[in-house]
Amino acid sequence: MVRLGVVGLGKMGLSHYAMINAHPDVKVEAICDSTGYVLDVLSKYTGVRTYTDFDVMLRDIELDAIIIATPSRSHGRMVEAALNENLHVFCEKPFCLDIAEGEKLARIATEKTLVNQVGYHNRFVGAFQEVKRLLDAEAIGTVTHVLAEAYGPVVLKPKGSTWRTQRTEGGGCLYDYAAHPINLVNWFLGAPQNVGGSVLNKIFSRDTEDEVFSTLYYDDGKSAQISVNWSDESYRKMTTKVTLWGTRGRIYADRQECQVYIRDDLAVPAGYQRGWNVRYTTDLTEAVWFYLRGEEYSAQLDYFVRCIEARANDNVNSFEEAVMTDRVMAMMIADAERRPPVTSGIAPRQAPGKKFGLLFGGRKAVS
Amino acid sequence: MERLLFGDNQFFGVNHMSEEKARTQMMRFQELAAVIDVLDNAYDEGVTSFMCTTHDRIAMVCDHMRSNPQRYKDFQFLPCMPYAHKYANAVTEDGMVGALKRFLPEEGIVNAALRGGMSLARKDIEGITTLLVDAEMKMFAGLNTPVIFLQNVVVDLLLGLDFNAAFRIFADHIKSRYDAEPGFITMNMPKLLDALEEVGIENPIVCSNINKIGFRMCGGFEAYERALNEKKFRAIAMSVFASGAVPAREAIEWVCKQPNIQAIVFGASSKTNIRNTKSLVEEFWRIN
Repeated sequence: MVRLGVVGLGKMGLSHYAMINAHPDVKVEAICDSTGYVLDVLSKYTGVRTYTDFDVMLRDIELDAIIIATPSRSHGRMVEAALNENLHVFCEKPFCLDIAEGEKLARIATEKTLVNQVGYHNRFVGAFQEVKRLLDAEAIGTVTHVLAEAYGPVVLKPKGSTWRTQRTEGGGCLYDYAAHPINLVNWFLGAPQNVGGSVLNKIFSRDTEDEVFSTLYYDDGKSAQISVNWSDESYRKMTTKVTLWGTRGRIYADRQECQVYIRDDLAVPAGYQRGWNVRYTTDLTEAVWFYLRGEEYSAQLDYFVRCIEARANDNVNSFEEAVMTDRVMAMMIADAERRPPVTSGIAPRQAPGKKFGLLFGGRKAVS
Repeated sequence: MERLLFGDNQFFGVNHMSEEKARTQMMRFQELAAVIDVLDNAYDEGVTSFMCTTHDRIAMVCDHMRSNPQRYKDFQFLPCMPYAHKYANAVTEDGMVGALKRFLPEEGIVNAALRGGMSLARKDIEGITTLLVDAEMKMFAGLNTPVIFLQNVVVDLLLGLDFNAAFRIFADHIKSRYDAEPGFITMNMPKLLDALEEVGIENPIVCSNINKIGFRMCGGFEAYERALNEKKFRAIAMSVFASGAVPAREAIEWVCKQPNIQAIVFGASSKTNIRNTKSLVEEFWRIN
């Protein structure tokens, strides 16, 4: 039995708690949140042991592992305290907004051979895992370009403010949404050398960006583009997708399916053919012990538990890899702030009417 | 309960196979008339029970049915609540307690405020739950709702948290206030049956994926088979085609052979598909 604690009971924390609590090899010893409300309700109706102070919980309770799902700003301190107690740590994304701090935590976890994982659940989506398998098998030859996108309806009007809409807390479209496609690109292509053309624009939010665009450059000439908007109501829920162009074919994948076009017979993987191939989530997804909101969420927690049991440290989504994603995001922020980019010298067009100005006047770059 | 129930995923762009297909369906069913058209097809084929989310657009379907009582006199709604995305988005905007406050009903303001405010303050889930249920049920006023379901995201969240008391609160409220049967949708049927038994909900109506390939049947295929054979409950099978992975005939033939299945819920966008499913079910359930 893995003795585990959960810290932070927001949307992610609560769902992690429900899933891990149902895991046959795990015993949730205690939960912790800074606000008492949800804690009191859970304690009253389920009898779980609760804490409002993280340090008191660590001191009081014997644990093997911890899930940290608080806003990112507090990750650094909590992860370090947990590692110092020799706990295996699963931490929500984005990992750590301070790169140096993130690197230090990755180092401590490695030195202490503790299992360390960050919640980039897309790496457990069957269709994205299939993309990785296909790339490793060189099914589309050498990749030349990747387009990684995420769209969804989070901020649809100028209203409301929670930690999610504060970049300093780890919220905003970049940290909340764009982190996912960036993490996927890092998985598929590795770390980029440079970023350019980064646009972090507000649409409705007062304190953070709502859309993110950027180009990632690699030494060998590869490139990737990130296109993300969390103010897009035409999507029912968050949708992440990637398209990869290679010398011998093309792959498109989202959570539901993986569409592959293979140009020739040189390296066709088993089960595939020249021309179009489609694999659906029903074929690609492995069953999980408990389903709440998508197999990938259950699968990543199961993986964490199995790594602890096997004392394995070959983590998918290790701290080190999550720091890579944090670093790319930091590069994008720096790039977006560096103005002006190459200019045409043409004077900006006058806004024809008040309405036009109103509509687009709010879309200034985040400074 | 009818043996064949009509689902609503197709109307809201829910498709587990393809985003493209989901979007095409959203475009097609943008106008209410297109939704009503398909419901009419189902109704005229004798599929008169509509298992639907408490999505804002369903309120318009309800209005349509209310204004044509003669045409739809046998029509039954089986509401599934809540429409989870509505709450999830509100939590992002207002935080957990703020979102709760937002959905507490306006009806009988003083009473609701008392019930809701007191409940929030006392952390009394019974008060909050019944208020939220009443808010969701408002759109069905005056319509026939013999079974009222709790959606799988909520059921499975509560199940994971060991918050089994909430199932009982929901069931009691549905029976006493709506004179209806409570139903539970889940992706973890064997585990849920144990939880419902624990809080004394007897012979429950439980809707879960039941298909030949075991798609999203968590707890495992064998556990599902065992539950169907041994447990006393009324099973509703959904996702019998496993999002299209199993051909229709093969899927229905298999499901109809399983014990203890009271009904099948299916979605379709065309008259032909509705008729085909209906005739397959008639063919295979008659044999058994």
